[in-house]
Amino acid sequence: MLRILYERFQQGYRTSPFPKEEPTLPDRFRGLPRLHPDRCAAGCHDCADRCPFGAIRLENGKVTLDLGRCLFCADCHACPHGALEFSTDYRLAARRREELTIAADRGPMLAAPLDAPLRKLFGRSFKLRQVSAGGCNACEADVNVLGTLIFDLGRFGIQFVASPRHADGLLVTGPVTENMREALLATYAAVPEPKVVIATGACAINGGPFINAPEVHNGVGALLPVDLFIPGCPPHPYTILDGLLRLLGRREGTR
Amino acid sequence: MKTTPPLVNGGRLPLASIPLLPFPEFASSLIDLMRHSATLIAYFADQGEAGGTPELFAVLTTPEPGIFTVLRGRLEPGCASLTPRVPQLHLFEREIAEQFGLAPTGHPWLKPVRFHQVWHGAADAWGRDPGRRPQPGVMDFFRVEGEEIHEVGVGPVHAGIIEPGHFRFQCFGEKVLHLEISLGYQHRGIERLLAGGPWPQTPTQIEAMAGDTTSGHMTAYSLVLEGLTGTVAPPRAQALRAIALELERLANHVGGLGALAGDIGFLPTASYCGRLRGDYLNMTAAICGSRFGRGLVRPGGVLFDVEPTRQERLLQTLANIVPNTRGALDLFFEEPSVLGRLEGVGRVMTDDAIDLGLVGIAARACGLDCDTRRVYPLAPYNKENVPEITETNGDVFCRAKIRQREIEHAIAFVRETLENLPAGPIATPLNALPADTLALGLVEGWRGRLAHVALTDGQGHFRRYKVIDPSFFNWSGLAMALRDEQISDFPLCNKSFDLSYCGFDL
Repeated sequence: MLRILYERFQQGYRTSPFPKEEPTLPDRFRGLPRLHPDRCAAGCHDCADRCPFGAIRLENGKVTLDLGRCLFCADCHACPHGALEFSTDYRLAARRREELTIAADRGPMLAAPLDAPLRKLFGRSFKLRQVSAGGCNACEADVNVLGTLIFDLGRFGIQFVASPRHADGLLVTGPVTENMREALLATYAAVPEPKVVIATGACAINGGPFINAPEVHNGVGALLPVDLFIPGCPPHPYTILDGLLRLLGRREGTR
Repeated sequence: MKTTPPLVNGGRLPLASIPLLPFPEFASSLIDLMRHSATLIAYFADQGEAGGTPELFAVLTTPEPGIFTVLRGRLEPGCASLTPRVPQLHLFEREIAEQFGLAPTGHPWLKPVRFHQVWHGAADAWGRDPGRRPQPGVMDFFRVEGEEIHEVGVGPVHAGIIEPGHFRFQCFGEKVLHLEISLGYQHRGIERLLAGGPWPQTPTQIEAMAGDTTSGHMTAYSLVLEGLTGTVAPPRAQALRAIALELERLANHVGGLGALAGDIGFLPTASYCGRLRGDYLNMTAAICGSRFGRGLVRPGGVLFDVEPTRQERLLQTLANIVPNTRGALDLFFEEPSVLGRLEGVGRVMTDDAIDLGLVGIAARACGLDCDTRRVYPLAPYNKENVPEITETNGDVFCRAKIRQREIEHAIAFVRETLENLPAGPIATPLNALPADTLALGLVEGWRGRLAHVALTDGQGHFRRYKVIDPSFFNWSGLAMALRDEQISDFPLCNKSFDLSYCGFDL
């Protein structure tokens, strides 16, 4: 017993002051991409051709980037002219699929909160069932980590539960393999109304590295209505936490 | 017997140098090698020439240390199953039957593995409609009959933030007589996506094979590409890859032991280890920006260097978290009530471990010295800097103890390697891939041996890319470990193996 108390003292108090204070992320962290069209060479469309996941498009000569398709690749080959850089801004979650498309003059919207009635229901107690539908266990691991004492998800009234019948919504990871389609739909059906769906990670949003593969469905949006999209491959735990708190109206402010 | 030139880890062979044997000769050579204590590394089939007979490939060890041999045979319809003679082939033969629609005769347990349609539009091995998708989990489960026997089915969606899988227990009261594990729910069809590659999206798919083994699988893939092109990554890149692999091992072992503590309700270690796992992931993120090592390792070397200030910071972080790691683990392993809960539970006998071809932690817990870093070493690893870490009893305690000892070794190894980073470049360019060549890449991931084998076609594209995650062998070990155990000990046994669903399903 004394040994346990002694070790408790040694380990110290570790819960992060988030969201009161912003987290410190590594200098090489690849968050929100920044576009610099002033660096674009005239008539160049390398970026749209090179991204293997189709994250970048040219619309009327204007470059747009879809955060839902972007894998934040360290060896992003998209632009040889430096017109695309990654910042360390971890706040990426959005409420609607189209809001994930950014341009030089159009940053992503920060996720808006749920409507007032749902906020009243879920704002102080939000239970989620996690479903991995072809996820590689990276998204799952960084969702799981929210339960550790660093993030201490419980202090926000958010909890992952074992049964969908006890849940207010699903947090889905993975591109939704054909072999998980039925199980995902059955789990969704078991969640009582009203319910929300959160697509976590590039796979769940649009198929991620497996986009257009014959065995997957390019994300949960093809099968269920999605209320929150959390980009990243995998998203940083703070990206996920920021998205969840904004959904519940517990973190506000604009960019 | 016609012989094949020797193959080493990270090496290559021209396909033309591997004689194509008739099946009976292939089978007798394989059985003969296995009888002489060879280790089966890989076993797979390839379609070969269009319209031709599919070919079987087996990669095995030879009595000469670090040298492998490749057997190649014709996979003809009605071939006899080799599983009765070589039990660890059981899943490989099921996999090939599912992919190529060719059922071996006399297989004692021929069932689907991943529940996908047969490749190349051939007839299905189970007589199912090849034009329709099979239903996952629909197969003949082994059933125990008896008045007081009951069956418990769990999953695919099961409690916790965990990947899906289906587990079916045959129980007599609380006692498990038999556990059958049916996976395939995470099947993304990766091996078929790799055919014709490498494609621009291939590296990200390799990294997402099993996300918790990003650096492991990516290093194995890099070895294959470097082997094919006859390239060697510069020493600094090799050292940084080893650091990435050991940090991956640290994060997963610390996290895994924490989860084991959580499963038996020993909460101090559970909560400290949950946090410490993140500290090791953050060390990886300090090197490459991603907690899972995404984008760190690439064929030819690594993408990120560790400059002196970063090296200093990493060593400082390590020095800060090591005492906490030891404190949390000592608390766990010195508590009699914890030991009482782990010892003697979920035993796998050494003979079964050998028969099933178990690898990694599960095999070392049964006394098998099978660490790829020791037995098929590639720089910077060698037999001197990676000690034998084995236990003998094959139970939950031994698997946990192996992980604790590997944590100690990995801490020292990371520190040592960081302090003595070789100077020089971090990457070297690769040439185009050669045509008609086979290459092998083996890496000791944190779970165990990761095996990647590539075959190129006449244009130097992947004609077949085979991946064997350690989970492919080890799920059978978990099923064995549950025999005659209490069903309530399933979570504990499962966590002690800590296997990958997506790595198995691919």
